[in-house]
Amino acid sequence: MPSLGADMDDGTLSQWLVHPGDRVARGDVIAVVETAKSAIEVECFESGTVDALLVDEGTTVPVGTPLARIGPSAEDRPTADRPPSTPLVRRLAQDRHVDLAAVHGSGPGGRITRADVEHAEPELEPARAPERDTTAGPSEPTGTGIRRQQGTESARRRRSRGGAEAKTAPTARPPRPVRSDDSTGQRQAPQRAKSSPLARRLAAELGVDLGEVTGTGRGGTVRAQDVRSAAAAEGAPQPAVPDVARAATARLMSRSKREIPHFYLSTTVDMAAALEWMRARNRELPLSARLVPAALMLKAVALAARKVPELNGHWGVSGFVPAEEVRLGVAVSLRGGGLAAPALAHADALSVAEVMAALKDLVARARGGRLRASETADPSLTVTNLGDQGVEAVFGVVYPPQVALVGLGRIVERPVAVNGLLGVRPVVTATLSADHRAADGATGARLLTTMEKLLQRPEEL
Amino acid sequence: MSTRTRPRAHPDDDTTTYREALREGLREALASDDRVFLMGEDVGRYGGCFGVSLGLLEEFGPERIRDTPLSESAFVGAGIGAALAGMRPVVEIMTVNFSLLALDQILNNAATLRHMSGGQLGVPLVIRMTTGAGRQLAAQHSHSLEGWYAHIPGLRVLAPATIDDARHVLSAALADPDPVLIFEHGSLYNAAGTLDPAVHQVDLDHAAVRRQGTDVTVVAYSGCVSKALEAAEELAGEGIGAEVVDLRTLRPLDDATIVGSVRRTHRAVVVDEGWRSGSLSAEIESRICEQAFFELDAPVERVCSAEVPIPYARRLEEAALPQSAGIMAAARRVVG
Amino acid sequence: MATAHGGTSAGTPKAKSPRRAHAPAAPSRTPAAAHDLDLLRRMLLIRRFEERCVELYSAATIRGFVHLYIGEEAVAVGVHQALDERDAVVSTYREHGHALARGIPPEAVMAEMYGKSTGCSHGRGGSMHLFDAGRRFYGGNAIVGGGLPLAAGLALADRMRGEPRVTCCFFGDGAFAEGEFHETANLAALWGLPVLFVCENNLYAMGTALAREHAQTDLAMRAASYGMAAWAVDGMDVHAVEKAARGAVESLRAGSGPHFLEMRTYRFRAHSMYDPDRYRPKDEVEEWKRHDPVTGLADGMRTSGLLDAAALEDLEHRVAEEIDDAVRAAEQAPEEPAEDLLLHVTGRHEEAQA
Repeated sequence: MPSLGADMDDGTLSQWLVHPGDRVARGDVIAVVETAKSAIEVECFESGTVDALLVDEGTTVPVGTPLARIGPSAEDRPTADRPPSTPLVRRLAQDRHVDLAAVHGSGPGGRITRADVEHAEPELEPARAPERDTTAGPSEPTGTGIRRQQGTESARRRRSRGGAEAKTAPTARPPRPVRSDDSTGQRQAPQRAKSSPLARRLAAELGVDLGEVTGTGRGGTVRAQDVRSAAAAEGAPQPAVPDVARAATARLMSRSKREIPHFYLSTTVDMAAALEWMRARNRELPLSARLVPAALMLKAVALAARKVPELNGHWGVSGFVPAEEVRLGVAVSLRGGGLAAPALAHADALSVAEVMAALKDLVARARGGRLRASETADPSLTVTNLGDQGVEAVFGVVYPPQVALVGLGRIVERPVAVNGLLGVRPVVTATLSADHRAADGATGARLLTTMEKLLQRPEEL
Repeated sequence: MSTRTRPRAHPDDDTTTYREALREGLREALASDDRVFLMGEDVGRYGGCFGVSLGLLEEFGPERIRDTPLSESAFVGAGIGAALAGMRPVVEIMTVNFSLLALDQILNNAATLRHMSGGQLGVPLVIRMTTGAGRQLAAQHSHSLEGWYAHIPGLRVLAPATIDDARHVLSAALADPDPVLIFEHGSLYNAAGTLDPAVHQVDLDHAAVRRQGTDVTVVAYSGCVSKALEAAEELAGEGIGAEVVDLRTLRPLDDATIVGSVRRTHRAVVVDEGWRSGSLSAEIESRICEQAFFELDAPVERVCSAEVPIPYARRLEEAALPQSAGIMAAARRVVG
Repeated sequence: MATAHGGTSAGTPKAKSPRRAHAPAAPSRTPAAAHDLDLLRRMLLIRRFEERCVELYSAATIRGFVHLYIGEEAVAVGVHQALDERDAVVSTYREHGHALARGIPPEAVMAEMYGKSTGCSHGRGGSMHLFDAGRRFYGGNAIVGGGLPLAAGLALADRMRGEPRVTCCFFGDGAFAEGEFHETANLAALWGLPVLFVCENNLYAMGTALAREHAQTDLAMRAASYGMAAWAVDGMDVHAVEKAARGAVESLRAGSGPHFLEMRTYRFRAHSMYDPDRYRPKDEVEEWKRHDPVTGLADGMRTSGLLDAAALEDLEHRVAEEIDDAVRAAEQAPEEPAEDLLLHVTGRHEEAQA
C-alpha cells in the first residue's frame, strides 16, 4: 500500500486492474485505492509479470503492506543466466541469426566464443517475434484499437475491463519465482529491467518499448545493441505487432460497417480567425508550450459534443446511452502499423493549452506503447485527423460502440468569398460519420456547425 | 609508432630515454632563452635526483643551474618572484610528496596572484616534479598527487607519457604565461623510444588518442598510459577494441577528446594512479556522465590505486597500483 | 630632530616635489622642515585613511577582514623614504599603510575595499590583497610569511640581470616564527640577494605576545645568525626608521646582500578591525599611544617652531579632502560585472567552461 499523502495511514484496495499472469510495465496503473480523501490510481514501479495479488478487493491495509508480487517478465528470465560473450561474438550471432541463449559457451567461465557461434544452428525466425503474439497486455498499443466495451459505467469499471481483457491473452507460463531466492547462488533478477542511458535514448528515437527488450548486459541490463536488435526485429518483413493490430482493426471495422448504418456530412471551416489567435498566443508561449491547430480543433469538437449530446455516447443493447463526460478519442497511427485511439478525458473542460499538453503527451506515449489502461478505454466520440497525411477530407468509420466520428483534413489556403469579397483564407474540411440508428442528419449538422462557429471565436474556446 | 615507451630490443640504435628527452628539452630552453634558469635541490653538481639535469651545470654554469638549500617553500616562492620579475624559472622538486612543503607557494601565490591582482600579475613559472610509484620507494616518495594540483584554478598541469611529449613538454610550458606543473613519472625515466625527428612541438592542449578502438575508451595519463596500451593489445585478442586516450594535460582537461571518444565507443574505463576517492578519475567520470550520459551503454569503470599509503614490498606495491590486468578486467566488465 | 636625518636628506634633492608644490606657508622653509612636513602629511594620510576605514566598516560599507595600521605609520613612511620606483615592495595583509606610502592613490585603495572595478586589484583582492604592478607593489599577502620567498625571487631576478634594485619585504613578528622566513633568510643570505627584510615587530602575532611565541625575542640578533646585517630600530620614530632604511638600502645597492631591520612598533587598534583585546592590558596600549608616531612628529615640529596650529589644520584639511575624494570616487565607481568573474584566472586559457 503506497503512501499517497502525508497524512495517510492506511488505504482500502477498492479494485484490481490487473490479474496474476498479466504483464505490467513501470508506470502502468494496476489498482485503485480508496483513501480517507479520495480514490487514487496506483501505478507500479516495476516491469514484469504479476505473480500474485496479495490483498483482496475491499480490504483495508496499512501503508507499506505489499499489495502484489511482480516477477521478472518472460523475456527477462533467461538473461539472468545468460552466458557471457563479447560484442564481436554478439555481432556475429546477430548476423547469423543465432540465439546466444541457446549456445553453449566453451570459453573460460562459459564465455561464448566465435567458434561456438560459428558452429551453432541459425534460427529460422528473428528471435522474439513469435513470443510477441502471445503477450499483448494492457500496455500494448495494439490492444487499444480493439478494446471496445459497451455500457456507460464509471471510468473505473471501464479500466477494470481493460485489465480483464488483458487477462484473456494466453498466459501459459508458470508463476514467477519471487526474486529473493538468491540462496540458490543464482544471480538475482533485477528489480526492474535496467537499461543504459544510451539504450534509453535509442529506444525513444527508434520507438522501441524498453519493457519489451531483452537485456544482454550485466544483470539483464538493456544496452544499445539490444535496442537496435529489437528495432531491427520490429522492422522485419512479418512483424507480429502490426498483425495483431491489423486483425483487431479488421474485426472492429467489419463489425462497424456490418452493423452501423453510416451517414456522412461535410463542411468547410474558415480557420483564419483561429490561426490568427493561435499565432498571437504562441508569441507569448515558450517553444515547448506552443499550440498547434489540431489542439484548437479538438477543443472545438469537444465543446460541440457537449452541446450535441445525441452524438456523444455509446450504442448498446437498449439503444443509445449518452456519455456522462466528453471522452474524446484521438486516433493515433502507430509507427509499427495499426491505430490507437487514446482518450482525452473531460476534453470539453480542458483549456486549449491543456488539450495541447495532453495531446502531446498522449501521442508520445501511444507511440511509445506506454498508455495507461484508463486512457485507452471507451472514448465517447473519436476524432481522426489525417491532415498531416496530406488529405483534405476524411470519411471515417465509426468505432463501435460509439455513434460518431469527426474527420479533419489538412488546412489549406483556398479562395473564399467573405462578405462578397474574394480572398485567400485557410480552410479545413471537417466531416462527420455517424450512426443513423442513434441520430439523424440534422443532429449531425448541428455538431459540425457548432464546431465551425466555435472556431470563429477562438478566444472563447 | 615512434613514441612507444617500452624498452627497445636494440638499445644501441638511435633510441632516447624519457630522461634524455627531458634533458634535451631543458638544454634547448636554456640555450634559446637567457631568462630561463633551473633551480632545485641537487640539480647542479649531483645532476638531479633522477639524473635529468646531468651535465647541464657544466654547460650553463652555476648561475643558471642553481642548487638550492632544502627549502621547498623558499625556492618555489623564489621561482614565483623571479617569474613575476620577468624571468622564466624552471624549478625542480624531487618528488610530488616534497612539493607539499611548497604547497602554500604553489596554491596561495603562483595560482592565485593573477586573479588576486585583478590581472596585473602573471607567474610564468614551470615546476617539474617526479610522481608515481613502481620503484619500491614506499609511502613518502611514491604518491600520485597530481590530481590535487589539477583541482586548482590558475595552474596548468601536464603529464607527459611519451618520449616525444617529454622532449617537447618544456617549450610548451615555458610559452605559457601562467604557472605550469610538469609531472614526470618516476618509472618512465628509463623508458626508451625513438624521437620523431619531424616533431618540433607537441600539442599538449589536446589529449592524444594513442590507440583507436570501437568498443571501450580507456582514459589514462602518465605512467598508466603504457599499461593501458598493453591492456588494449591483449583485449584486441579477445575481440574488444579499446581506444586509449592519453590525457597529457590534467588541467584544463580536454573534455572534447575524452567525450568524443566515449561518444564513439559508448563505454569508458578511467585509469588513475591516484587514490580513487575524490580523484582526477572521479572528475573525468563526472564529465563523461555530464556530457555523454545518453551515449553510455554501461556504467563507467575506474581503475585506481588502492586506498593505502604505497607500501614498500614489491608484491604489495604491485597490488596497490593499477595494472594492465585490472584495466582489462574493467574493460571486459563494461563491454560485457 | 632635523639633524637626525640631515646626513641623508640634506645632500639629496627631494624627489617628491609634486607634494611639496601644495605645501602651505610654514613657519620655516628649510629643506629639513619641508621634509618633516612631507613625512607628517604621509603619516597623517595613512592615519586618517584608516580611521575612515573604521567608519565605513562599522557602516558595513566595506567588509571582509580589515587590518588597520594605526600606530605603525612611521615604519611604512620612513622605509619608503629610502626606496625609489625601481624597487619592489612585498607586503602583508596589514598593508594599507604600505600601499599608500608606496604612492598607490587613496581612491584606488579605497575602491578596492569597496570591491569596485577601479580598485587597485579590480575588486578581486580587497583589503588584504592590494596590488599595483606599475609601482612594483606585489601585495597584499595574507598568508603569514608567504610573501618572503617571493621577495627573494624578485631580488634573484635583479641579481641575475645585474639590476641595482632592491626588494623590500614587510612582515611581522608572527612571520618570524614561520619556516618560510627562515628558509628565505637563509636563501637570500646564501645567494647574496638584495632583499630588505623589514620586520614590523608590533609585539603580537594576532593575539599571541612575542614572549609567548619566541624562545628568543631578540629578532634582530636571530636574523643576524643567517649571516646578514641586522639591527633593531625605534619603529615609532619616523626619522629613526628613515635613517636605518636609507643606510640599509645604500648598502644593499652596493651589493652587500640582504639586510634585516627589526622595527619595534605597536598597533593601537585591534588585530582585525574589532577584537576584545583580552590579550594585552589596556594600560600597555595607553603607554604605547604616548609614543604615537604622528603626534610625536607633529609635537616635535611644533617645539622646534617648524609647525603651527594653522599649518597643522591646513594639513588636516587637505588630507581629509583627499580621503573624501577617495570615498566619493569609490562610491561612484562601477562594480565589477559578474560576467567577468572568470577573468584573470589564467592568461592563456580562459577556463570559462560553463
